[in-house]
Amino acid sequence: MALSSCSLSHSFFICSQQKELTSKKRDEFEDILEERRLSSDLRYAMKCYTPVIYKGLSPCKPNAIKSAVLQSEQVQYVIKQLAKEMGESPDIIQEEAMEILDEMGHSMQLGAVRFFAFTLSKIFKQLFQRVCVNEEGMQRLQHAIQEHPVVLLPSHRSYVDFLMLSYLLYTYDLALPVIAAGIDFLGMKIVGELLRRAGAFFMRRSFGGNRLYWAVFSEYVKTMLRSGYAPIEFFLEGTRSRTAKTLTPKFGLLSIVMEPFLKREVFDTYLVPISISYERILEESLYAYELLGVPKPKESTSGLLKARRILSDNFGTIHIYVGQPVSLRTLASGRINRCPYNLVPRHLPQKPSEDIQEFVSDVAYKMELLQIENMVLSPWVLVAAILLQNLPAMDFELLIEKTLWLKGLTQTFGGFIEWPDNLCARKAVLSGLTLHANIARLVDGHVVLNDKGLEDGAVGEIVFKRALAILMCATYRNQLLNVFVRPSLVAVALQMTRSFRKEEVYSCFSFLRDVFSDEFIFFPGISLKDFEEGCFLLTKCDAIQTSQQEIYPTDKGSVIVSFLSAMFKPFVEGYQLIFRYLSKETKEAFTEKQLIPGVRNFVFQLLEKGNTQCYEALSSDMQKNALAALVQLGAVKKKKIVETLLWDPATKFLNSLAGCFCLPLPFGFQSFSQGFDKQREQSCLFLIEGLLCVLE
Amino acid sequence: MLFLQFLGFGFFDFPKYILNPNASEQELLKWNGWGYNDSKFIFNKKGQAEFTGKRYRLGGMVLPTFKEWIEKTFGASLEHKTTSRASLNVNDVPPSIVNEEFLQDLRATKISYSQDAEDRVFRAHGHCLHEIFVLREGMFKRIPDIVVWPVCHEDVVKIVELACKHNLCIIPFGGGTSVSSALECPEEEKRTIVSLDTSQMNRILWIDEKNLTACVEAGIVGQDLEKQLAESGFCTGHEPDSMEFSSLGGWVATRASGMKKNIYGNIEDLVIHIKMVTPRGIVEKNCQVPRMSTGPDIHHFIMGSEGTLGVVTEVTIKIRPVPEYQKYGSVVFPNFERGVACLREVAKQRCAPASIRLVDNAQFQFGHALKPQVASIFTSFLDGLKKFYITKFKGFDPNILCVATLLFEGDREKVLQHEKQVYDIATKFGGLAAGEDNGQRGYMLTFVIAYIRDLGLDYYVIGESFETSVPWDRVLDLCRNVKERIVRECKEKGVQFAPLSTCRVTQTYDAGACVYFYFAFNYRGISDPIHVYEQIERAAREEILANGGSLSHHHGVGKLRKRWMKESISDVGLGMLRSVKEYVDPNNIFGNKNLL
Repeated sequence: MALSSCSLSHSFFICSQQKELTSKKRDEFEDILEERRLSSDLRYAMKCYTPVIYKGLSPCKPNAIKSAVLQSEQVQYVIKQLAKEMGESPDIIQEEAMEILDEMGHSMQLGAVRFFAFTLSKIFKQLFQRVCVNEEGMQRLQHAIQEHPVVLLPSHRSYVDFLMLSYLLYTYDLALPVIAAGIDFLGMKIVGELLRRAGAFFMRRSFGGNRLYWAVFSEYVKTMLRSGYAPIEFFLEGTRSRTAKTLTPKFGLLSIVMEPFLKREVFDTYLVPISISYERILEESLYAYELLGVPKPKESTSGLLKARRILSDNFGTIHIYVGQPVSLRTLASGRINRCPYNLVPRHLPQKPSEDIQEFVSDVAYKMELLQIENMVLSPWVLVAAILLQNLPAMDFELLIEKTLWLKGLTQTFGGFIEWPDNLCARKAVLSGLTLHANIARLVDGHVVLNDKGLEDGAVGEIVFKRALAILMCATYRNQLLNVFVRPSLVAVALQMTRSFRKEEVYSCFSFLRDVFSDEFIFFPGISLKDFEEGCFLLTKCDAIQTSQQEIYPTDKGSVIVSFLSAMFKPFVEGYQLIFRYLSKETKEAFTEKQLIPGVRNFVFQLLEKGNTQCYEALSSDMQKNALAALVQLGAVKKKKIVETLLWDPATKFLNSLAGCFCLPLPFGFQSFSQGFDKQREQSCLFLIEGLLCVLE
Repeated sequence: MLFLQFLGFGFFDFPKYILNPNASEQELLKWNGWGYNDSKFIFNKKGQAEFTGKRYRLGGMVLPTFKEWIEKTFGASLEHKTTSRASLNVNDVPPSIVNEEFLQDLRATKISYSQDAEDRVFRAHGHCLHEIFVLREGMFKRIPDIVVWPVCHEDVVKIVELACKHNLCIIPFGGGTSVSSALECPEEEKRTIVSLDTSQMNRILWIDEKNLTACVEAGIVGQDLEKQLAESGFCTGHEPDSMEFSSLGGWVATRASGMKKNIYGNIEDLVIHIKMVTPRGIVEKNCQVPRMSTGPDIHHFIMGSEGTLGVVTEVTIKIRPVPEYQKYGSVVFPNFERGVACLREVAKQRCAPASIRLVDNAQFQFGHALKPQVASIFTSFLDGLKKFYITKFKGFDPNILCVATLLFEGDREKVLQHEKQVYDIATKFGGLAAGEDNGQRGYMLTFVIAYIRDLGLDYYVIGESFETSVPWDRVLDLCRNVKERIVRECKEKGVQFAPLSTCRVTQTYDAGACVYFYFAFNYRGISDPIHVYEQIERAAREEILANGGSLSHHHGVGKLRKRWMKESISDVGLGMLRSVKEYVDPNNIFGNKNLL
């Protein structure tokens, strides 16, 4: 184990320098709905809209972009290649490309924008109390748009995200973005076309194999970026996070928008992380159903109209924090110094080198971490986190006390809590409860989960309803997790290893970090730095003391340490259940479609029997993440057989892995040393011991 | 006195002039700046800019808008002036350390030499900004100990032999116009440094009219070569911007490029035979033929060797009859993009005139500021009319438009025909013919730009030019990115005034172009301007390389750009060059440390 105390203390220094989180100055918020409530929406929609534009831009129509794409060397090259390979006339393929473009392309029109400006004003005023924006962020963005092509990278929790962002930019008289949207929106009559006119362009969900599609799509995006036509907006997470926990990033679109800079077709590109947080998520119950395997309704216009009834509901406040634009050039300086694109004409499709792929991945994680850093946390998020540790009921006064305590802790860890001025804790908790009456309520001085109709109905139904309520509640706690994950995993590791030796704790931490690499957002390859940060934050809140070699929990620290590990207990337990299922219940290769119902039934039965309380293991999100982690750890192999992905468990390895999450362990755990290095082996041992105490 | 004796020579062994056969020419030139003493920009009593002397077309003319341009472009003001010291301070000059035995051997050869401080300092530098700055305000740490003036090939052979015998370091010196720190003496060189000045080897040895070649001694300066050839009705047509001062040997040693390469070719296309003296002996070919297939061309080890292998003594070079007719021209384009597209098309059709250059808007305005006072109301009225036509009638934005300058050469009839062809292409790219005068002024700018730098230095403005070559498809991106990089680096490094950052596409080829940048800024408020300047220049070079440009198109590598050589030609490539050096000059007699 190559971990010297010297390197530890060295990186500790770096980490403590970087992490002056709590003292970080963040911008003030401004409510943009306030003015909407005072003046005419119609006049607002018809206002004179003259956004500042990129300095190098010569304005052009959406159709001009399409024909530029079609005529581009890049697309023409692929057309000719395909024509040669398939023995078809280039005209036919060109036609195909044209169709792809027509399907994909946006056709932004001011009329549609004004229509949205009007209707969204009405709708947003109905739904939300306030929409708060950091104005300084908007000013920085305005400056950035003029300087270099801009890529907007918002977090994705709701369909409201992109509507809101465009609405916001319109309000501030900024250039409206073109937005990468999933092709499924086109399934919605009228709405799809309306979105198209408001600047959405549509991408198929998967097109890896289709070279023509790839060429047309990437060139379309790059053409808009290079010319500075409009800010380009897409979601790094690829889809709405159903759990409100940031999803691991997708790299495809990011690598496309980075390419013009890497090829020096533009001087620089700004990446702007945007954190959008909802006090109450519009789709919260939909998500919970979906996670439990009740299929997501297909996007349809009538579905949207039915959803109208939510208009009568209150969804609280939205906070939008527009982060500091990050210069891609600055990120690349000193990293990509060789000139990877000099020896091949730039219009030829070229697989990015490993260096570049790694760079793209690092940038993606960096941007997500920036999103997380600026994500506003409401008091209710704290309440939800506490509630989930105190089911089925909790004393109201205690809840208030705990909430205040957690507020302090969260701030120490750098969490961005927006606690309305002069609002006492009682009022804050109460207002959270009112807003989320569908999740929890106050009964006789106790706060209980709102699982109406629990008493009647079969056992299965009770479990299902309870799971719904817990998953919904978890959605809010989840917003804390990425802020807490580093110190918490140190806490979990401390409990598991029951050792004070830094090396052992780190080794366990590092193992946990690997296992949860798809569950939480970790910057790749800096396990030690993450560990140092976790330790630093724990030291900062007096939970631990560290010396060169050792880590001691302090006396008053035990409360914090056990709170933190309890916060992550559903994940440790959930993974344990999933691993157990995989090692015990599956013998042969399986598909994801088989796995998820399989695990669900398995967990469901355990819940019904009362053999576990881990409702969150029912979440398909957790199941998928666990599977991805196993693939990464090499315990399960991915195979592709005729268009179907199969996962092939390496049973022996899996057994041992499940073993270390399972209790008690069969004797021969030496066996898992196969393909499993010493360090891991050791950490598993810690895990097993540690779990004993965590689960007590 | 005692000290000097201790070092091996007494005061009277140290005469001011033993013999400097170059003294009269040397006295014509500035000791601390570019070009002729009598030619410089000044501000006259009325505060107007004026170019002195009679050597250039601009000489004696008043340039009414130049002052305003300087003030506007650099934020410079005539009140803030720095002055160079008036003359060389001989006491600052490092002493000449030459072994007496060598001096005796040297005297026996009857080759002229000098240990005079001014002679040595004159040959201790090229014309990089930092070198001129040192001349104005400081002193070089290391300069040649002795200057020798061979008058023929045999003299050079003797000198190289002596150098080998006494283990000295030779640095060949031609016109001294290097802009790559190639002439700077390596500070750590402990041996005696001999500056081998080729200026006295300046004869045309013979002219072969049947084969159209001439054998010329390598020290001849460009303008003398053309003047002398012209007496027989010939020319080489090789016209680098430095041709008034740079030498034939220097062109060979740096792989030079001339303005009119489209007709005559670059130096590698022009040379038929090269004779070079190396520590290993003389290298040359057995015949003077247009081409031969005898392994890698040894000329290509010599061209671009930057004085690291030996001294080029004689060159057989192609000559052409002096063209009957010359005509300048210019075309205005609505923007730089259109201009580049036009040049690309001209290159594609292989109909480039002797010279075709495209200057960006900033350089167009620069050139414009050098417009002399117009003689009559009529010309000024015509100018106004032209301006009106281009900007108002044709809708060109004067802050975006750019200009191509053209030079046609050849038979009168063919020139006119050629001219029409090029203007027809230009029209397709939105170009408008803009007259001969604009064209000619464009070319004049390249000759006087170095004089302008000296003026700038008096007013806290420092600047330099640098160049690269780049494939056609990256020309626009490279130009834009490098200019922008310069602006940003200036801002980041604390330069308080926006810099001048401008470029021109200065040569066209089938597969790409040569791009030339001018970069200057007002350094008031910066304590170490040269350091800041060098950092910015370095960043600009990094940017060029990242944009797919070359390390150099024709200035060479010298010591200034050495750090990028490995990246430019790969490890193995560098090894190949090193092994040649090791064979030819195992004791590093030619120790200027350029290139490798």
